[in-house]
Amino acid sequence: MADILLHLIQGFAIAFEPLNLLLIILGCTIGLFIGAMPGLGSVNGVAILLPLTFLVPPTGAIIFLAAIYYGAMYGGAISSIMLGIPGASTAVATTFDGRPLAKLGMADKALTAAALASFVGGTISVVLFTFVAPPLAHVALRFGAPEEFSLMMLAFATFVGLGGDDIPKTIFSIAIGLVFAAVGLDIISGEPRLVFGDIPGFMHGINFLVLAIGIYGIGEMLWTVEENYKAGGKSMMSDAVITVQRTISNLKELLSTWKTALMGSFLGYFVGILPAAGATPGSLMAYGIAKQISKEPDKFGKGAVDGVVAPEAANNAASTGSMLPMLTLGIPGSPTTAILLGGMVIWGLEPGPRLFTDHADFVWGLIASLYAANLFAVIINIAFIPAFIWVLKLPFTLLAPIIFVLCIIGGYAPTQDMHDVWLMIAFGIVGYLMRKLDYPLAPAVLAIVLGPLAEPAMRQSLLISGGEFSIFFTRPFSAPIMIAALILLALPLLKPLLRLVNGKKAKA
Amino acid sequence: MIKTKQQLFGLGIAMGLGVAAIGLPQAAQSAWEPKKPVQFVVMAGKGGGADKAVRFMQSIIAKNKLAPVPITPINKPGGSGAEALVYMKGKKGDDYTLMFTLNSFYTTPLRQPALGVKVEDFTPIMRMAEDTFCLWVNSDRKDINNVDDFVKAAKAKGNGWIMAGTGKASEDNLLTDFLNTTYGLKMKYVPYKGGGKVAKELAGNNADSTVNNPSEQLGFFEAGKTKPLACFTPARIDLFKDAPTFKELGKDFVYFMQRTVVGAPGMSKDAEAYYQGLFKKVFESSEWQGYMKKKALQGDSLSADALMNYWKKQRDVHKGMLMKMGAIKG
Repeated sequence: MADILLHLIQGFAIAFEPLNLLLIILGCTIGLFIGAMPGLGSVNGVAILLPLTFLVPPTGAIIFLAAIYYGAMYGGAISSIMLGIPGASTAVATTFDGRPLAKLGMADKALTAAALASFVGGTISVVLFTFVAPPLAHVALRFGAPEEFSLMMLAFATFVGLGGDDIPKTIFSIAIGLVFAAVGLDIISGEPRLVFGDIPGFMHGINFLVLAIGIYGIGEMLWTVEENYKAGGKSMMSDAVITVQRTISNLKELLSTWKTALMGSFLGYFVGILPAAGATPGSLMAYGIAKQISKEPDKFGKGAVDGVVAPEAANNAASTGSMLPMLTLGIPGSPTTAILLGGMVIWGLEPGPRLFTDHADFVWGLIASLYAANLFAVIINIAFIPAFIWVLKLPFTLLAPIIFVLCIIGGYAPTQDMHDVWLMIAFGIVGYLMRKLDYPLAPAVLAIVLGPLAEPAMRQSLLISGGEFSIFFTRPFSAPIMIAALILLALPLLKPLLRLVNGKKAKA
Repeated sequence: MIKTKQQLFGLGIAMGLGVAAIGLPQAAQSAWEPKKPVQFVVMAGKGGGADKAVRFMQSIIAKNKLAPVPITPINKPGGSGAEALVYMKGKKGDDYTLMFTLNSFYTTPLRQPALGVKVEDFTPIMRMAEDTFCLWVNSDRKDINNVDDFVKAAKAKGNGWIMAGTGKASEDNLLTDFLNTTYGLKMKYVPYKGGGKVAKELAGNNADSTVNNPSEQLGFFEAGKTKPLACFTPARIDLFKDAPTFKELGKDFVYFMQRTVVGAPGMSKDAEAYYQGLFKKVFESSEWQGYMKKKALQGDSLSADALMNYWKKQRDVHKGMLMKMGAIKG
């Protein structure tokens, strides 16, 4: 313990060197805007800026990239709330309640909640990271395919009931999402699936962002255009004001969400640690659980502050968590950490079990920089909120074309393939029609995010076990997760049953 | 109007001379130079082994100012390289598109003839290295210390022995098939996404063995979590002095994975020469040499006709292996 504190103090000495401090602030600011741009996201931001970091020493370079990653986690919430377009898959769950809040004229509240929840999540996870890293690395190592699948089942299970009351429509939505998730190369058989006669664009599968920007970005735009027409051109993307008085009352209200923030932080951190899971399942699960434990679950999806706090705390906690397997095992927990990993290799900082002993300066400098990055990111973020609100006040006729262009760029940027842009526009129209027909969209997005993680894990497990499903129930880590998932899945069925039993008792 | 044209013409000459004067030192080496950013296609997703190597080369070029324009990586991960190959096919005659390839450069066109690409179409730029493979088990297996022990243990478990690898019909799959036929084993091959993931499955005891590249297992090896039993190389690897080669064990078999820079089909001769010169410089840089040593990469640089001949030979070798495996017919 004293050892760790000593290391941490040395780390702070490194992080607070003037150059490193400057890089943290610069990185957080760049990250915030990269994260706020739909489609750009931290993966692309870090990849693009990687070669620029030669100008500074290795530790500074990695601190800079980590600060971008961190800032982007904060920024992702901004476009989710203001425009309803998740900037990255990690911010999907934030749209579920962030967007309705903005539509109710409470964008300022949602943005403040997101920033503060991110700060809580980030700080708790860095503290956890500082003190309980090595034993958890061991757990992460034991996590194989069966454990991964059980975790994905748990993520799906936390979302039961998310789609609303129309069960057939929810099932349809999940199913279509899973079909989209199946497009592309199947790594188990090595064959391309659903590529429609070898259309090259389908070979890399349907990128989550293409679907999300399509149905949320383009779809939302079409929806608002219609509303605007009906309202005689007076509709706004979001109606919001910001005053000191409002901010103070917002902060007071936010204090009551501390339980949700804590839940999201711990959950996000532990899910983030698991290799291959990353921040997206973590934030989705946090949202699902926040709804399950809420006293007013009916408010979720219509503008519940807890619905913003939970996923934002979780995705920031998970982004720190996912650095753990990267540093200790050399296994990235998310695509962005994969690029960070590449960056470290370039500078001769070989991640792996020996990094903590061989390059202690670097590791502790990085950990200390995360504390600092958290603080700066929340300050910068809150400072910019009035500016974001101001942008929302622009007339819709001006905002709409800008958003449309942002969507197109966001669809094109990750793969630089026009195929994805056409696909995105098609999804936008389909998303608009689905919404008109009252189909819930969230389950489809959930399916396309979790499907590609769950499917190979299940098939690898069954290959190992020779087709026996018992593999999910006989392993020490997998069994409890799977059982928890099944209980959660069964809960909606049990509730009416319990009510029936209780009702009878009451009568008797 | 005429006057304006003449003025413009004069201005053009003056500018041309200026550019030529600035570019003189380089112009002495090769006449052609790229005038816009060069696309460097990666046959795999962001963060994978190939992607990391490309970003490393990009940074060597940027750091040492080897090229006048930026080299920008672009990922085309679809279909085991199929997407990248089709993309390159569409860039016929383009002097600004390069690709970084692995062995899927041979196997994917063989397995998917519908793509209509063959290795002869592409412009050979430079082979940067050959990655090697070893047979690995977890260090907890105190009973397994050499290939004989391994064969005994794997035989005893039959098809319950799990060999983790990087995808169907990939390099790992071919090597697993080789071990199965050579030693009469029935190991079950389970494909995962990426070599790093495979390495982790072994270190976490979720698989019984792997045929990872040294670089993928290095971290776990140094931490004492995994150990190599033997390598598919012509000579022992310096990092693993105790692990014999399969050749020493009486099996005449070596296997490499190329890490090669390929140009678009029909690239102009001038551009080809330029890129060969550029990547020769990258190859000789202290950064790349250090990287090769650290990652236990082998192989000399190889370019032009020699590289094309190497490709043709390797393609035929892989054709034989895939036919044996039953992944392709005739």
